[in-house]
Amino acid sequence: MNNHKAEMDPAVQREYWSPLLELSTQEVFALMLGERLDISPAPPCISDLDVTSMVGLAGSLCGLLTLRCSSTSAVLMAIKMLGTDATSAKGQMEDAVGEVCNMIAGNFKNKISGFGDTCKLSVPTVITGSNYNLCTLADDYTMEINLRFHENPLVISLQLNR
Amino acid sequence: MDNISVLIVDDSSVMRKIVERSLRQAGIDLSQVFEAGNGLEALAVLNERKVNLVLCDINMPAMDGLEFVKQLPKVENARGIPVVMITTEGSEGHVVQALSAGARGYIRKPFTSDQVKEHIVPVLAGNQ
Repeated sequence: MNNHKAEMDPAVQREYWSPLLELSTQEVFALMLGERLDISPAPPCISDLDVTSMVGLAGSLCGLLTLRCSSTSAVLMAIKMLGTDATSAKGQMEDAVGEVCNMIAGNFKNKISGFGDTCKLSVPTVITGSNYNLCTLADDYTMEINLRFHENPLVISLQLNR
Repeated sequence: MDNISVLIVDDSSVMRKIVERSLRQAGIDLSQVFEAGNGLEALAVLNERKVNLVLCDINMPAMDGLEFVKQLPKVENARGIPVVMITTEGSEGHVVQALSAGARGYIRKPFTSDQVKEHIVPVLAGNQ
């Protein structure tokens, strides 16, 4: 079954990937933060997303996984992960969001058949601020999942080369 | 599991804290916790300190976890110390690579404290 999927046309395979990406995200939040994310009915206002974490994928699967959220959400993630207060968590915000993005990328990669050993992940990069343009060459295929974390928007995007 | 000294190697300080908390939640009594941000820093710690257990990420800058495990036998203080990988790289190939290089266990992120207990307790028991 798994081998069969790995041999399928990439476009067909990717139909299965969006629910797996959402599951990968939900698992990371459930296991590492003790939280469940809600599905957002609509995309958020971009200016609300002032923290961006990115993990690159290279090899058999080439692209970029991004997690975008508000700084309020990012601090809350650090609070939940560290079990600490907001003051202590603020200084760990970037590290926490980077690690969440890293775990989502790894968890997703491990769920899709045939890519675990042949796709490498980069260490995470985190941008703070919303006034930027992100240009990636991996723009053949994009999937985006709009979620809410404690009523704050959180967007997971996967951009891939063919 | 009493008086265990541990070295936690991960480039994320948040993850190092989570791993430490998970070990405590798993009922492991930690007497000392040392931290390192990559394999090179970990080797430097082990040159100075004796520990009972090393928990190590794979994807890290400077020196990754697989290279760290390969280098470990060269450190006199570290011979025989069990290393358990704790990483997002969960493919079968990575597990085989890590175990072949000398790791004694493998935990995939994300993880629960129950999973930490399940993997770490037998490793510590086997080393006592």
